[in-house]
Amino acid sequence: MKEYVNGLNREFESRVRLGIMSVLMVNDKAEFKTLKELLDVTDGNLASHLSALEKAGYIKVKKQYIDRKPNTSYSTSAAGKKAFSGHLNLLEKFLKSNK
Amino acid sequence: MNEEEHLKTLSDIKGLMERSSRFLSLSGLSGIFIGFYALAGSIAAWWFVNNYAIEITSYYTLATNPDTEEYKSFLSFFMGDALIVLALSLITGYILTQRFARKQGLKMWDTSAKRMVINLFIPLVTGGIYCLILLQNQHIELIASSLLMFYGLSLLNASKYTFNDIRYLGILEILLGLIAAMFPGYGIICWAIGFGILHIIYGISMYYKYER
Repeated sequence: MKEYVNGLNREFESRVRLGIMSVLMVNDKAEFKTLKELLDVTDGNLASHLSALEKAGYIKVKKQYIDRKPNTSYSTSAAGKKAFSGHLNLLEKFLKSNK
Repeated sequence: MNEEEHLKTLSDIKGLMERSSRFLSLSGLSGIFIGFYALAGSIAAWWFVNNYAIEITSYYTLATNPDTEEYKSFLSFFMGDALIVLALSLITGYILTQRFARKQGLKMWDTSAKRMVINLFIPLVTGGIYCLILLQNQHIELIASSLLMFYGLSLLNASKYTFNDIRYLGILEILLGLIAAMFPGYGIICWAIGFGILHIIYGISMYYKYER
């Protein structure tokens, strides 16, 4: 039981990071604004979690201009997908072993 | 982390995945209204055809010769009837969906709503244009069945971006469209079933499932 807990990915420990990954797993990409509305967090909070995930190589960032306004969208990397799936599997395994 | 926290995390993840990829404010109540409008429209069409003292199943024979008065009055009545039902349906759908979204504390016009609407309207507008072409070429008998099929395909396409329930409604509409194509005289009756009765049944079931 204990090793499962230890096996859990530390990058995904926060609710916000889990939320970001959840949204990006089922969408090709999501804009900063969309993520903010879905997760109900402040700009600063979201930005710091996003940059942590980017640093870990789990998400890709695309900055562009739409109608001359800056627009930032995010998507998962292959590594991010793998890590997040692994994280979910561990969570499920942990729940099953406790039954 | 204990078991309860893990369970909550998993259910949060599931909820976010649903919420971010599907539009979950589509109002079932509006389906009930739309069904009644369509039934009223079908009854009006039946009444109109009845005035010419011909069977409802031969309604489209009123429109075989474009030079006659009958053709013009048939066309303007049926087009007007359909457009009124369509306009009322869109307005009701919009208002009730907005109300439902507000009740859930969500914004109506978000990414998931846009995605659903675009995917609904691409096949639907195609069907609409195709039916205008049929009209232009005087294939009046094929219009009712074609619109039912295109509507069914639109629902099938949109179902990936909203409640999965409308997938089965779409399949039923496609089947009805095929039946109407085989028996062109039953166009009005198939419309009454497809746009009227099926919408009411689906509206009621979705209303009880999600909206209450």
